[in-house]
Amino acid sequence: MVIFLQNLVNALQWGSFYALIALGYSMVYSILMLFNFAHGDIFMVGAYIGFGVSIGLLALSSSGALAMPNWLILVLTILFSMFLTSFVGMIVERVGYRPLRNAPRASAAITGLMIGIILETGNLILMGARRVSFPSLIQTTTYTVGGVFVTNKKIMIVLVSLLLTLALHQFIRRTKWGMAMRAMAFDFAVVPLMGVPVNTVIALTFAIGSALAAAAGILFGIAYPVLDPYMGILFGWKAFVAAILGGRGSILGATLAGFLLGFTEIFVAMIFPSTLRDLIAYSIILLILTFRPHGFFGEPYSARLRL
Amino acid sequence: MRKGSLFGVCVLVVIMAFSLTGRAQAETIKIGINAELTGDIPKVGEGTKFAAQMWLEDVKAAGGITVGKKKYPVELVLEDNESKAESAVKVATKMITEDGVLVMVGPQASKQAVPAGGIANNYKTPMITAWSTNPDTTKDRPYVFRACFLDPFQGPVLANFITSEFKFTKAAVLYDVASDYPKGLAEFFKQAWEKLHGKGSVVAYESFTTKDTDFSSQLTKIINSGAQVLFTPQYYNEVALIVQQAHQLGWKKPIVGSDSWGSAELVNLCGKDCYGDFFSTHYAAAGAKGATKAFIDRYKAKYGYVPDDVAALTWDSMNLAQTAIQNTGGLTGDLKKDREKVRTAMSQIKKFNGITGEMTFSGSGDPSKCAVIVKISDKGEFAFYKSVCP
Repeated sequence: MVIFLQNLVNALQWGSFYALIALGYSMVYSILMLFNFAHGDIFMVGAYIGFGVSIGLLALSSSGALAMPNWLILVLTILFSMFLTSFVGMIVERVGYRPLRNAPRASAAITGLMIGIILETGNLILMGARRVSFPSLIQTTTYTVGGVFVTNKKIMIVLVSLLLTLALHQFIRRTKWGMAMRAMAFDFAVVPLMGVPVNTVIALTFAIGSALAAAAGILFGIAYPVLDPYMGILFGWKAFVAAILGGRGSILGATLAGFLLGFTEIFVAMIFPSTLRDLIAYSIILLILTFRPHGFFGEPYSARLRL
Repeated sequence: MRKGSLFGVCVLVVIMAFSLTGRAQAETIKIGINAELTGDIPKVGEGTKFAAQMWLEDVKAAGGITVGKKKYPVELVLEDNESKAESAVKVATKMITEDGVLVMVGPQASKQAVPAGGIANNYKTPMITAWSTNPDTTKDRPYVFRACFLDPFQGPVLANFITSEFKFTKAAVLYDVASDYPKGLAEFFKQAWEKLHGKGSVVAYESFTTKDTDFSSQLTKIINSGAQVLFTPQYYNEVALIVQQAHQLGWKKPIVGSDSWGSAELVNLCGKDCYGDFFSTHYAAAGAKGATKAFIDRYKAKYGYVPDDVAALTWDSMNLAQTAIQNTGGLTGDLKKDREKVRTAMSQIKKFNGITGEMTFSGSGDPSKCAVIVKISDKGEFAFYKSVCP
């Protein structure tokens, strides 16, 4: 039982990352019918931007010019990095996807792959092959609850990611921009006729998706403080799986599927030999997709997509 | 003009004829240094060069190497292999056929040492690589030797160390199943551990794949398996994550690793979490004693930095070569016969007292030697803890 609960905690943290990244895939897909394959690398760029921002803030704070407590540095790092990374997302859209908006989908898909490679190698040249160590902004405190070890970082990661998902949900449901996004997901051809600035809405979609990826990147850096330029590839693929599994274009679906993926990986490793982890975990996902080819919340044979 | 060049060619031919018969070598012993002076790993070549030159100083001060009753002056033939396999082969061929070296030391990295070892073996010339740990370098090559231990060797060494140091009987292993080095080492450790403590004494044998960053599930299993020690033969970037996560999940027992931990980056990435843990390696600069310390101090004074494992192993290789030459009991002056004599002597070296540990060759090119156990000190230094033999 203790082992089960411990793994539940482990899986909650691990699933948070998949969920946050899957949201970015899902949002872009629902509007453009396109998977942004550079998204995993935007997650990586977000983590590195977070690294740079936090180092800068720490230096500023310790120089005495503007003394800040560490929790404030953490909050500012997350906000600044989300803001900066949203521009990376918008640039990717402007350079990579907008010129190809009417091109075949395959061309746009490989654009994403190429941008991903450019981001990886660009970062490799900029930062070198050396792994960088994400500064520990908060002291790790370990709590023991009935034999289960929980750290303050784990709690924070799960809470922040749930909070961001909820904020996104509210944004899409309650604001004018959110309504424009939903409308474009519903019918891409008609909405511009109503005077909705299509390019702005699409740029905003990329910006929000990238900001969430940046948040995931920083949380990742806090939990696993070793960053390398290729860390986004495998993560991107797995979050992509979560986006599909959730039902393309569904926020609730992407979040749930992200957590499900995390749970599957952790619990498969708990029950079976860990060598077989990904083999079994992804066979299970494949099986689910066989029975629900449109994912949890996707709708079959309909142009209508949820957001 | 024409006559002049013809005369030059004649002279060259005569000189070459002499050098081929080996008479020219009768007075001087030539030792080739095939080093990675430029290319990807220039620091390796530099360490090799500096250590070899320090050795030469000592020999010169002693007036040469005494073999039997005769003193021979020594000459180093230093060549750059550009950290390339082709160049290493070219350099080896040149040293052996043109320069007439008695022994060749280097190349150091396996990429160069494996092909160059083939050349040395074909020309029946003894070669000592200081640093190459790939089994293929010396495999089925009676003329090729090394001064370091092989990768798999660390498994039993660490099993012995943990058993004698902590009296533990239950161990857990966490390794990357998709990478050759950790996978091999994990298997060798498991074998050695079960030989000592019986079947089932490795209570958790968990794996992950390259690029994984979350080990919480595997570590939860390990922690609940009742293991007393965790062995993880991973590279330093993964070690940092494994150790930190293990501590966050409540692991308070020792974590032990292999020479892949030995990078200055480890402490940067891992921080205080790694303090107090152990790993095995070739040599440790901090806390060294005796001849090892003397070597380090001398090297540091001369070149301005603490020598790395390549320099220390090269120093031992040079002394191994010297010991082998002296043990022949006398050189004939015929290069072919002398090389054979040196090879035989080399393969019979017993209890050679090197600065990286005691070495014994028993017929094969791989020494049985002791490994150094390093403890990561409270200041984050790699401190010599103990020398452990298989």
